[in-house]
Amino acid sequence: MKAMNGILVNEVVTTPKQVVEIENLSIGFEKEKVLDDLSLKLFNGENLVVLGQSGSGKSVLIKCIVRLLAPDAGTIKVFGENVNELSRNGLAELRKKIGFLFQSGALYDSMTIRENLEFPLKRIRKELTKREINEKVEEALGNVGLADTSDKMPSQLSGGMRKRVSLARTVVVDPLIMLYDEPTTGLDPLTSDEISELINEVKKKYKTSSLIITHDIECARATADRIIMLQNGEVYLEGKLEDFEKSPDVFIKSFFK
Amino acid sequence: MTQQKNRIIGPVLRNIVKIRDVRKNAEKLGERTFEQAQIANVFLSGIADFYLFMWRTTREAFSRDFEFREFFRQCYLIGYKTVPLISVTGLIIGLVLTIQLRPALADFGAVSMLPGMVAQSIIREMGPVITGLICAGRVGSGMGAELGSMKVSEQIDAMEVSSTNPMRFLVVTRVLAATLMIPILVLYADALGILGSWAGANIKGDVTFVLFFSQAFSAIDFLDLFPAIIKTFFFGAAIGFVGCYKGYTAGRGTESVGKAANSAVVLSSLLVIIIDLVAVQITDML
Repeated sequence: MKAMNGILVNEVVTTPKQVVEIENLSIGFEKEKVLDDLSLKLFNGENLVVLGQSGSGKSVLIKCIVRLLAPDAGTIKVFGENVNELSRNGLAELRKKIGFLFQSGALYDSMTIRENLEFPLKRIRKELTKREINEKVEEALGNVGLADTSDKMPSQLSGGMRKRVSLARTVVVDPLIMLYDEPTTGLDPLTSDEISELINEVKKKYKTSSLIITHDIECARATADRIIMLQNGEVYLEGKLEDFEKSPDVFIKSFFK
Repeated sequence: MTQQKNRIIGPVLRNIVKIRDVRKNAEKLGERTFEQAQIANVFLSGIADFYLFMWRTTREAFSRDFEFREFFRQCYLIGYKTVPLISVTGLIIGLVLTIQLRPALADFGAVSMLPGMVAQSIIREMGPVITGLICAGRVGSGMGAELGSMKVSEQIDAMEVSSTNPMRFLVVTRVLAATLMIPILVLYADALGILGSWAGANIKGDVTFVLFFSQAFSAIDFLDLFPAIIKTFFFGAAIGFVGCYKGYTAGRGTESVGKAANSAVVLSSLLVIIIDLVAVQITDML
């Protein structure tokens, strides 16, 4: 591990080490269980894809990791720290190490693209000078192929462009863990492929560990090192892509058709 | 034998039917009581939520890392952007008041009292309340809709996960900006109202600007101006709190954005009127 901005940044390690560890996670809304006794681990440097139908609790799962939702039972450890026991400051510090790409992109409507990228940078990387912030913004936008959009408003961009800007905003602060919530939903196949490629590039360039929530099989095929299939809030199957494609199970087959 | 049986069973059956009716009525009463209790529960928990929201906002307002840039942006949006609307309204209030008061005062030969009367009514009541209601509509609904749509499109969540406190960035800045800017807008509306009144007085008469304003201001003392300005701070705070609360606690669907904006206008307008009523009672006691 090496120090950067007071945060420990991961190097490529030879032995897999879990960065996120979820044990017996249960959460429900109004008597309805969404996740039931779910356990999973995300290892350092891997892309873990969580597949499942709509309503299977995938988005709830990653929202629990950053404590946007509080679970009813179970523990979530990120870098060994129990997320639900952290103080407000502790949680804020932990969140600095996690990048979250929202399903809708969640770009701030009232800010330009440049301001959208500067917003987390100015708050998380307070030591950076104005020039360094500018450079990082330009670099992040360049990495997603949208260097010329910095003065535009989010409403002036297409859905795919907004997703890419959102990805740039997420990685601009050099997170250690990336959480992707349905990164390709609502996009055409070509743009979906571009986003999947970007996810792989982010992993290579920023050495991140990623948890990708999706129901898009093509995205899973393109990005997954390991896959977990959820059904009714429980782990239905866990394994490599080949395990899923060779599976005789009817439910898995219907998903991978 | 059968008649004897009927004589005994008849009253028993009638009593059973009566008992059943009593039971049914008791059940209906129980259901209605439960429904009313649920409504009361929703209402009371709403008040408790709002109180907690105000407490959290106040606490965040005194914490470090105040978002000055966003605060000044909100001051610009709430203050400067409302100026055209307030200008037109202020002028028209003064003009209409003068046109309507003049014949009534002329009947008593008291037209010379017109500047003082109009100035007093504008500064004490019309200026603050009309400006408060206009801001409740424009600013309150804007806050409700903006924060509501930010909630629906996960922008508030995005702020939270990027280690920014959305209460401090979004709510504190808006509430403080509304609290500070609405009194300024009221003073501006008062000034334009008196200007409109001077214009109205000149439609059927000829009063110089200096004479009109000196007569208007000579009728106003400290107890006219001071309580009227103080209450506008409360108007601003109420509009800010309600607008932000309704937007911040909006549901997840797009429909909830409209509902948040709508209920922000209704509730903040109502609060402006209630605060005005309380302020008038307190001023009367002074």
